[in-house]
Amino acid sequence: MSNKPFTKILIANRGEIACRVIKSAKKMGIATVAVYSDADRDAVHVQMADEAVHIGPPQANQSYLVQDKIIEACKSTGAQAVHPGYGFLSENAKFCETLEAAGIIFIGPKPKAIEAMGDKITSKKLAQEAGVSTVPGHMGLIEDAAEAAKIAAEIGYPVMIKASAGGGGKGMRIAWNDDEAREGFERSKSEAASSFGDDRIFIEKFIEEPRHIEIQVLADSHGNTLYLNERECSIQRRNQKVIEEAPSAFLDEETRRAMGQQSVALAKAVDYESAGTVEFIVDKDRNFYFLEMNTRLQVEHPVTELITGVDLVEQMIRVAAGERLALTQDDIGIDGWAVESRLYAEDPYRNFLPSIGRLTAYAPPPEGPIGERSEGDPVFEGPGGSAIGGGKPVIRNDTGVTEGSEISMFYDPMVAKLCTWAPTREEATDAMGDALDSFVVDGIGHNIPFLSAIMAHPKWRSGDITTKFIEEEYPDGFEGAEPRQNDLRDLAIAAALIRRRSAREPLGETTGGNLHVGGVPKVLEVFLGDERIAVEAEPVDGGFAVTADGDDLGTVTLDWRRGVALARLTIDGTVRSIRVDPVSAGYRLRHRGLDLVAKVYSPRVAELAALMPVKEAPDTSNLLLCPMPGLIVSLMVKEGETVQAGQALAIVEAMKMENVLRAERQATVKRLAVEEGDSLAVDETIMEFETTA
Amino acid sequence: MLEIIDQLEKRRGEARLGGGQKRIDAQHGKGKLTARERLDVLLDEGSFEEYDTFKTHRCTDFGMETQQYPGDGVVTGWGTISGRPVYVFSQDFTVFGGSLSETHAEKICKVMDLAVQNGVPLIGLNDSGGARIQEGVASLGGYAEVFWRNVQASGVIPQISVIMGPCAGGAVYSPAMTDFIYMVEDSSYMFVTGPDVVKTVTNEIVTAEELGGASTHTKKSSVADGAFENDVEALMEIRRLFDFLPLSQREKPPVYATEDDPQRLEMSLDTLIPDNANKPYDMGEVIRKVADEGEFFEVQKNHAGSILIGFIRLNGSTVGIVANQPMVLAGVLDIDSAKKAGRFVRFCDAFNIPILTFVDVPGFLPGTAQEYGGIIKHGAKLLFAYAEATVPKVTVITRKAYGGAYDVMASKHIRADVNYAWPTAQIAVMGAKGAAEILYRSELGDPEKIAARTKEYEDRFANPFIAAQRGFIDEVIMPHSTRRRIIRALEILKTKQVEGPTKKHDNIPL
Repeated sequence: MSNKPFTKILIANRGEIACRVIKSAKKMGIATVAVYSDADRDAVHVQMADEAVHIGPPQANQSYLVQDKIIEACKSTGAQAVHPGYGFLSENAKFCETLEAAGIIFIGPKPKAIEAMGDKITSKKLAQEAGVSTVPGHMGLIEDAAEAAKIAAEIGYPVMIKASAGGGGKGMRIAWNDDEAREGFERSKSEAASSFGDDRIFIEKFIEEPRHIEIQVLADSHGNTLYLNERECSIQRRNQKVIEEAPSAFLDEETRRAMGQQSVALAKAVDYESAGTVEFIVDKDRNFYFLEMNTRLQVEHPVTELITGVDLVEQMIRVAAGERLALTQDDIGIDGWAVESRLYAEDPYRNFLPSIGRLTAYAPPPEGPIGERSEGDPVFEGPGGSAIGGGKPVIRNDTGVTEGSEISMFYDPMVAKLCTWAPTREEATDAMGDALDSFVVDGIGHNIPFLSAIMAHPKWRSGDITTKFIEEEYPDGFEGAEPRQNDLRDLAIAAALIRRRSAREPLGETTGGNLHVGGVPKVLEVFLGDERIAVEAEPVDGGFAVTADGDDLGTVTLDWRRGVALARLTIDGTVRSIRVDPVSAGYRLRHRGLDLVAKVYSPRVAELAALMPVKEAPDTSNLLLCPMPGLIVSLMVKEGETVQAGQALAIVEAMKMENVLRAERQATVKRLAVEEGDSLAVDETIMEFETTA
Repeated sequence: MLEIIDQLEKRRGEARLGGGQKRIDAQHGKGKLTARERLDVLLDEGSFEEYDTFKTHRCTDFGMETQQYPGDGVVTGWGTISGRPVYVFSQDFTVFGGSLSETHAEKICKVMDLAVQNGVPLIGLNDSGGARIQEGVASLGGYAEVFWRNVQASGVIPQISVIMGPCAGGAVYSPAMTDFIYMVEDSSYMFVTGPDVVKTVTNEIVTAEELGGASTHTKKSSVADGAFENDVEALMEIRRLFDFLPLSQREKPPVYATEDDPQRLEMSLDTLIPDNANKPYDMGEVIRKVADEGEFFEVQKNHAGSILIGFIRLNGSTVGIVANQPMVLAGVLDIDSAKKAGRFVRFCDAFNIPILTFVDVPGFLPGTAQEYGGIIKHGAKLLFAYAEATVPKVTVITRKAYGGAYDVMASKHIRADVNYAWPTAQIAVMGAKGAAEILYRSELGDPEKIAARTKEYEDRFANPFIAAQRGFIDEVIMPHSTRRRIIRALEILKTKQVEGPTKKHDNIPL
């Protein structure tokens, strides 16, 4: 077997996945070609590749999705094969055919398999034929309520009664018995008729407490097909996966094997080659049902790599070159536990509104075994967590950005995939919590606080999760985590020690210098949220002897210095990573989804600060605030005008994009606070509406 | 003897009560601290030494002889901030509403005289109803004595005013002549004539807050350099400002040990300048990434946003920052921004604070509003201030340096010491398109030809090398090494000495 299946490959993608593929290719000694749009001129994947080809303007449909440009780039650089990554052209059968016709190898499955699995109905049919369990249901037309009840009983309760044309929950009913099935049928039918003008109804099994669990498969062109166990991706927000793990805390060995074998059967049924994923929905009784098959490398593939030690990208490249899999099913085990968090450029405090802009700060925790590697040490993609960490928790971060990169509106808002591996789920979760707390990202809104809060959530920690976790646990969106035991006390200690550590006096002599060596008083009072915590600290060998509100906490250490964004606080062996930003008279502290301001005062000043009035945040419900820094291009209403919900009020230009701001409800414009041409900061008032009773 | 000592303690205790507990409670009820409490926050604990504790007024009209409070409505003396001395006065609203009597003024004058004589800064905490009406002209005389001293002290010692309550009428002119004015949100206001008089004279109906509150003076009028949420925050932030300043013009600013490496590189600055010359970026990022520990004490944050001013430290030493801000009006120079930066440059020059200028300026703002407003004279203030400044001046052009604004923004020609340019700099008379349209007026009808001419001009001038060939730029530097370069430049400039021609004083276009 040749050690070098190709001499040069092209990666028809961008961002983290392009970087990911380049890493494996480099490891294998294969030269790499990147492609890039105008928006990605300075991107990391372009820097990493041996060569880079410009393929057009930022819009994907004029660059990354244009097949001819990719093929042209292959020809001009002599790339023998194309790895498509995920998204873009990765599941486009026609692209594979065109490549084949041009004599270039597609690193992925054959067009036939892509096509077969790309169609929901065909794939479900194929799955049934291959003996894969699918959601029981009746696809045909249902005549009346009696038939509905009969079908429902055959499927087995509970069932979901759905309008064919349905969506958004309309015309949907859950029935637990015959009576409910009859009633549900009638109701859904009439609702469907009035809402969609189409009263066709179908019935399928209702999945209770559904979990999303998928099986990674890997096949070569010689008929060898393996399954690399499962990933659970139940933590989703609006069908977008947020946190994934491998293995699943829910599966037993028997279910795992059954799912694996059925997945292999399906792959074989379509002569599948390369890496692919069979997605299942699993109910509370561990019944599993086929959803779809993804004929590409999945975003969340790293968790599988971490528990199996298999480099999936390397395997894809080898399979594409016609090599036989060197692995057998017996080589595939489950080693430890891996968790992946997707960092999105979405502001959790603004209902996950996408956020774009420059990463003014970007400092992920160092990859490799936690606490033992120094920056710059190589971290190989692929090998399992044990292989990297020798049994100690490991951090892996797949990313395509660096400090100073631009998160643009043209592409996916994913910034990074942070993974942790550890021998157990609990340790991997703890490592993830700390890794998220140590991840510094500025310049854009991002979901780190939300991810960090989930790591502390009791339901996540116990593995009691379903695909409804986020909508059930955060029904009103994310408003920050609730402090847990000792959180506030420890953050107060951090603030007090940071103040102590940042004290300084001028060097040398100035007139009258050294008149009064003030120093920091032994006791500092920390105002944190509604709490006021007295922290007494005395420097001792290796740290500070700390007493907080009378509790003697022994020796506490703080690793922080002025200008550094992260503090590490160790109390009784427990380490907390805390994001620190100086503010007036204190610090903004972020930790495990908490985001608080700690004011630090000497006891005398604390006494006086307590006299200061609490200023209510102004009521902004009657204001139109500028959602982003930008220029007011146009004001489309006048003072005194009554506007309707959805009516355009103003246009703000930001980053060369015009954003139309619309009325949320009917209101009368009381005052325009700005003029066209004004530059506004975020949250500046644009206009004021009449207060409505 | 001990009995006498006890008596002193008792008298001191009475004096510390100011106008009495009831008035102290009223002061607290308004969300304000008392004069002495404020000094507790401002100064290092236990460092305050009070003068004239027992001074009382000499007024005998309107029954004033029966109302005597030791201290007469102002607490004066000195203490330390981070171990460095400062003279202070703090008006006591609980005593005659903090109104200024002849003796009240004498107390302030005493510490002002000492501050100037000893080369120690002065901080005034203002909270006063105005002149002591019962004293008439004696009170007015008192104000003018303070004014005269403000002027004498100007440029000798830093003077900082904090407005922590009312400050109206003549009283405003003492803060107005100090170096910095800070206010407290919602509890302070400043105006020459109050809402009642305004209504009588002009029929305008306006609240005290609208007329002279913190928002008005930090955004519109620029009378104040900043405002803070409450008394405690204001005083803590004044401590932070004080740490940047020298004690007097006879001294260099203080130097602090820093753990921030002077050689630190910032790779992310290499991708800061957008591909498109019309796309903004945040100059604040450059400032924070260059500064020691990322700390930037910004002055006049809410006014004339197209220019940024404030203090940072480099290798432990204070540096004054003036920087065009492309995020606001493309970083243009206009009346407000020129005045804002001009005054700041003069402060730095007066107090031996080196000036670091970041340039990305498309020119002066055109239009009747600007011309009628006197942009010629106001723009000249900044030019004048830079040209006369003899402190070390380092300039970094990050992108645009167009036209007259290039000359103004601490160019080599007006005697900046070290002028750097990033490779992204464009030093030219104007933008390429405008230049092409003037140079090739005859081709204006043909957009293709003009585009080609624009490209031609861009290729020739949209870079720093023409200026570098002439020596107007000392070196074209890598953005990522900006911090290291500036620190080196300032180190070599530490011993800079210049002598100008003899004169009484200059005649800056006011």
